[in-house]
Amino acid sequence: MNTPSLTSVGLGKSFGSFVAVQGLDLKVEGAKCVGFLGPNGAGKTTTLKMFADMIFPSRGEAFINGISVRKDRKHALSHAGVLIESPEIYPSLSPTEALEMVAEIRGVPRGEQPRRIRSVLDEVKMLDWAHQKVGRFSKGMKQRIQIAAALVHDPEVLILDEPSTGLDPRGMAEVRAIVREQRKHGRLIFMSSHILSEVTDVCDEVALIDRGKLLFYDTLANVTARFSTGNAQVDAVFVRPLDPAQVTGTIAHLPGVKAVELLDPKRVRLGVPPGALEQAQVLEALVALRLGLVSFKESTGALEDVYMQQIARGD
Amino acid sequence: MAAPGVPAPTALGGLPSDEHQAFRLMRFQLRDYLRSRRFLLMIALTLAIAAIVTLVVAHFRGGLVSSPAAFYGSLWGGGVGVLIVFAGIIYGGDAIAGEFQNKTGYFLMGLPLKRGTIYQGKFLAAYLASVTAVVLYLAILLLNGIYYFGMNAFPWQLAASLLLALLYLGALLGTTFLFSSLFKTSAYAILVVAVLFLFGFSIAQVLVEDLVKIEPWFLLSYASPVIGNIFSNPYPSHISSGFGVTTYTATIPEAILIMIVYFALTTLAGYALFTREQFT
Repeated sequence: MNTPSLTSVGLGKSFGSFVAVQGLDLKVEGAKCVGFLGPNGAGKTTTLKMFADMIFPSRGEAFINGISVRKDRKHALSHAGVLIESPEIYPSLSPTEALEMVAEIRGVPRGEQPRRIRSVLDEVKMLDWAHQKVGRFSKGMKQRIQIAAALVHDPEVLILDEPSTGLDPRGMAEVRAIVREQRKHGRLIFMSSHILSEVTDVCDEVALIDRGKLLFYDTLANVTARFSTGNAQVDAVFVRPLDPAQVTGTIAHLPGVKAVELLDPKRVRLGVPPGALEQAQVLEALVALRLGLVSFKESTGALEDVYMQQIARGD
Repeated sequence: MAAPGVPAPTALGGLPSDEHQAFRLMRFQLRDYLRSRRFLLMIALTLAIAAIVTLVVAHFRGGLVSSPAAFYGSLWGGGVGVLIVFAGIIYGGDAIAGEFQNKTGYFLMGLPLKRGTIYQGKFLAAYLASVTAVVLYLAILLLNGIYYFGMNAFPWQLAASLLLALLYLGALLGTTFLFSSLFKTSAYAILVVAVLFLFGFSIAQVLVEDLVKIEPWFLLSYASPVIGNIFSNPYPSHISSGFGVTTYTATIPEAILIMIVYFALTTLAGYALFTREQFT
């Protein structure tokens, strides 16, 4: 069995004199979720389209599981589920029919199809609409069907282009929950986004692209540590308001806490070492204080700081 | 690797052959066509043409019902050519352009299909959808024929003419698909194809025959009258002159050759264009 992978070697794309992507060397491997970040026009969608053979590279090559997409799109894409540019399904088909089409084209065995289709429709919470016409669906419902279509053959790799863009807050939350769930199935998820909180919430690693150039690719913790003061940042949320004295007096002196900032009465941002072990020790110490800790997770703000800093450097 | 305890996924099943994939895509595309408004429009046009033909024959009779060959030569030969042009416009006009405009192409392009397979599947679906209109028109004419001629209503030329009509349909759809591959907007593609087939070819043929005074062997519209001419006995002469005007009629082999060449060249060109299209 292959380890799922996406690789680009010197990948570049120009439209006339405009260089959309240049010299992109990236190897993403293993079961994880990688956020592909960048401002509008940075080259995210162009890169994903080259991975899906929707557009052709001007230079370099893209590979899925080691198979060149350009040379053998059929076999390269057989390993991947793709959702790029909010595509449309033939409007007169029902979700079940659309997924049957995908399953048949992908060679999912006939006997397996009903179970598989039901399973992915259930996963995206569209079972109740399984036999309605797709043409009547809202954008969010269509997006969920598209995600189901990308999952119907149990792919090793998922390529998602801003899957929650254009959806209402509930739709965004639902799509994120679906993507988060996919991490548990051992897939490699490569997801473009310009929503930093989404990437922090869903992804393990992050690649930042700007003006067609890859600025970095690393784990979230390493990125925030590398580009800030050497510390990772986590936000801790408490059930009760904190006494400022507790923050400066107690929390700030916990082992492993390098910095602390009170964001609001129930929330603090902590500067902590980037390693998982060290962060676990901080978490245990916070719990031991019995202050009513309810959440302890990587700070969106930290990634935002890095993002702004790196993008600004390119301006 | 997968998280501990979670088996890493492997794509289910093996990929079908290109031909199977084209057939499966065709099946679902055809299902979409048959449920669409364009199918209702095509059926309405077919019924309208068939109704006009039925009324004209019932009212005038005369030479039209002098023999089954005369009946089909006029009514089948005349009607089915128009019907095929409409089918080409309706099913082929935006077959490729619509994939860009409606974004359904972005869905198909995410699947493990060769680009040529998508083209084949869509072509087959458009062809079969068009054939339903041709068959419906034929069925109505046959009922008329049986009414006027009883069970002698089936001249041998009818089978040959049907084959020629199906060949013409292939050539015409090949051409509409080629033009459709040139555009990314459905309206432009349909407009260009409609103007070309409703007026362009006819005007070009008149100009070539009357002004340039050469045989228009390079025009598809020159070949299509063979569908009706095949009922004539004797077959119309290849060149006829009168009142200072020279008229050309494609012979049967010539018409078949023109249609085959049109089908082959336009399909290859459209196929080549589509395989180079980028979904920007």
